[in-house]
Amino acid sequence: MDFESYDVLVVGGGLAGIRAAIAVVETNPSLKVGMVSKVYPMRSHTVSAEGGAAAVLRPEDSYETHAYDTIKGSDYLADQDVVEAFVREAPIEVIQMEHWGCPWSRDPDGKISVRPFGGMTTWRTCFAADKTGFHMLHTVFQTSLKYPQIHRHDEAFVTKLLVEDGRCVGVVAIDMRSGRFDAITAKAVILATGGMGRVYAFTTNGNICTGDGMALAYRAGVGLKDMEMVQFHPTGLPFTGILITEAVRGEGGYLTNKDGERFLKRYVPNKMELGPRDIISRAMITEFEAGRGFEGPHGKYMHLDVRHLGEAVIDRKLPFMRELGREFVGIDIVHDPIPVRPVMHYMMGGVDANISGATPVSGLYAAGECANVGLNGGNRLGSNSLSECLVFGAATGRAAADYVSSAKAVSANPIEGMLKDETKRIEMDYLEKKSGEERIGAIREDMQLSMDAGAGVFRTREGLENLTKQLGKLRDRFGRIKIEDSSRTFNTELMSVLELDYMLEVAEVITYSALAREESRGAHARRDFPERDDEKFLKHTIAFRTDEISPRLEYRDVRITNFKPQARAY
Amino acid sequence: MAEKRITVRATRFDPAKDSEPRLQSYDIPFSDDSMVVLDALNYIKSHVDGSLSYRWSCRMGICGSCGMTVNGTPKLTCSAFLRDYWPGSITITPLNNFPIVRDLVVDMEDFMEKLKSIKPWIIRKQEMPLGAGEHRQTMEQIDDFRQFSQCINCMLCYAACPVYGLDDKFLGPAAIALARRYNLDSRDQGTKERLPVIAHSDGVWECSFVGECSVVCPKGVDPAKAIQQTKLDTSVRFILPYGNRE
Ligand SMILES: Cc1cc2nc3c(=O)[nH]c(=O)nc-3n(C[C@H](O)[C@H](O)[C@H](O)COP(=O)(O)OP(=O)(O)OC[C@H]3O[C@@H](n4cnc5c(N)ncnc54)[C@H](O)[C@@H]3O)c2cc1C
Ligand code: SF4
Ligand code: FES
Repeated sequence: MDFESYDVLVVGGGLAGIRAAIAVVETNPSLKVGMVSKVYPMRSHTVSAEGGAAAVLRPEDSYETHAYDTIKGSDYLADQDVVEAFVREAPIEVIQMEHWGCPWSRDPDGKISVRPFGGMTTWRTCFAADKTGFHMLHTVFQTSLKYPQIHRHDEAFVTKLLVEDGRCVGVVAIDMRSGRFDAITAKAVILATGGMGRVYAFTTNGNICTGDGMALAYRAGVGLKDMEMVQFHPTGLPFTGILITEAVRGEGGYLTNKDGERFLKRYVPNKMELGPRDIISRAMITEFEAGRGFEGPHGKYMHLDVRHLGEAVIDRKLPFMRELGREFVGIDIVHDPIPVRPVMHYMMGGVDANISGATPVSGLYAAGECANVGLNGGNRLGSNSLSECLVFGAATGRAAADYVSSAKAVSANPIEGMLKDETKRIEMDYLEKKSGEERIGAIREDMQLSMDAGAGVFRTREGLENLTKQLGKLRDRFGRIKIEDSSRTFNTELMSVLELDYMLEVAEVITYSALAREESRGAHARRDFPERDDEKFLKHTIAFRTDEISPRLEYRDVRITNFKPQARAY
Repeated sequence: MAEKRITVRATRFDPAKDSEPRLQSYDIPFSDDSMVVLDALNYIKSHVDGSLSYRWSCRMGICGSCGMTVNGTPKLTCSAFLRDYWPGSITITPLNNFPIVRDLVVDMEDFMEKLKSIKPWIIRKQEMPLGAGEHRQTMEQIDDFRQFSQCINCMLCYAACPVYGLDDKFLGPAAIALARRYNLDSRDQGTKERLPVIAHSDGVWECSFVGECSVVCPKGVDPAKAIQQTKLDTSVRFILPYGNRE
């Protein structure tokens, strides 16, 4: 049997995946690259990123301050050598994007503009109005079309990593249009599957952000690192969870409570609206609990006010926010304050990968939001993620290109059996299963609401233990799931059930990792352990899969180079 | 007060079973004024019928995947509010002018090929080294192409285009708008390579000033303008012997 075969296979067509694919062929134009994505690449959730991408571009800025801001922002859980490499590469990548056509907003002299962003001590966030992710994604995607070596499998859904003798040699994917199960082999596989926000109910993430790559790697024996570190963004729209970008505050917007007070003066007096996300989200919840939030049909909220900026600035710098306000809330942000509340946004944790994206399984790499290369620690600074996708997407692509130049060819023999087993698993468990009564939607919703309640902005042992019990029950119910769609053509229900399976696994890892970290650091705030504990927890959590729902946890020291951990005050 | 409800009819079609598409009707709660058409579909899929198939992801009007025909008009379903239809009913069908894959999912491979054919990337005679920094570009220069760079590839304009409906060899509104986006970019020097693709595409000359594409575009792109401008360019460059050929 013949299989589609590549030198490097990239799973994911978002910013990290496409950047990686281009890096492979630019490193070695003779390599053949496959790119699998469950949606057309330009639908990837990178498209929704609004605010910007951080890079040191100005003479008054320095690598050292970008590194320091990132490390302090991470609450000292970032690996400092990784951060130092990142800040040096980010400007090169931003310029590369410019050469590829990204319409970065400009200063009057024609240079790329920068704007202030939370937790950054100086202006260093490059932006394309407030549709930065949209423009970056379309730019790299359209640029990728000029490389004949990149062969796409659009709307193909990866269900399994093929691992043979400790080496990753490809994937099994369902071609959604035909329903066919394909083995796609490669000498190296790069996971760039993005985030997992749909594990929570109230999230800025799109429907496709279901942690697939994290679960795929976890099942293949790779550890998931720092998964308790879940970022809540302070400003989501009630009901939909649609993000109002931090750039709104960067451009001078105020956050006010129901008394009209800029309450952040009690929490981050020196930074105010430009404090880091974890601290501002906690401040908002604390204000809500003190009765100082507004009450609305969709829960408590605060006001984000840009009226004083004036229409001209808003239209130049925040036009998409005005559009979102009009479309989804029925307000004009030029004249009305925006209702906002904290919303699950980003996963700092991810697939355990080193500075070149390599995981402990040879031939398997990870980049972008699904990976944890050690950049973000306990709290990612806004606008570091798009830059991370570029820097580590490129680094991973280059590393994979080097690796495959000396890697052995993949032998087709064992692949056939693995494909058969995987096909059978999915047919028996879902497509052809006769019994079962549980609906996907019901289990998914219960998981999401449980995660919101138990693993949100503030956590306690009691809440987390309760959550482990609920997740156990959801696992049992998942065993009794029934799908109604047995068609082979574009079976979105099958995709949903496979995604739910991935998400339950990710939820379990988050919960157990959070339970074990008995301290408060970055986004992980334990009411029962309110202090940071460097003695015990200046360490990465690494979770490995076991036969139980609870993972086996290991800890690894954080790499410190030039920045000694200090109290984190703003 | 009795619970508000709304009737939603959606196209069902499974090529393995059905010879042609049919409409299925669902009666669902309209529980929140903020609900959009996509929420109605998601309600059906979660609570009533798990086999209904459609695409969506961002639910904020930017990924371009949720385009469908709602009561006869091409719409992003994540940005079309139920309250604008209630108490009337809603009929959701796939985008016109595309083959149906399944239910509300259409085949857009044709566009993906067309997109590639117009070379949607910066073309330069000589690439600038990265070390030389950025190309200088002013906000006014960005204004020249800004609107054409807002295209989310949602396909609503193709669904509305009478010319594409008759002849799918026509490059179509979004592809031409995107070619224009690059041609007008001060960093690009690829106009000469792109113009023949457009000039030789069937249908360009049939496009009238109807401008249905620009009317339905949810992102304020004006593909009709791109097409008219391009016609002017192509005729100047290819028909007039002494036209501006750079
Ligand atoms: C609303 C919002 C705004 C943001 N704003 C900013 C910002 O201003 N600045 C910033 O730095 N960061 C921002 N972020 C974060 C940043 O956008 C993301 O972290 C980043 O874009 C992730 O990119 P990615 O390439 O890793 O993943 P994605 O863009 O999510 O791509 C994932 C890809 O993997 C594919 N995939 C997933 N699972 C499978 C599977 N099973 N089989 C096949 N393919 C699969 C998908 O199809 C997709 O192509 C924002 C995030 C959100 C949600
Ligand atoms: S031009 Fe407008 S309608 Fe056409 S695909 Fe682009 S965004 Fe959609
Ligand atoms: S779901 Fe993304 S545009 Fe509607």
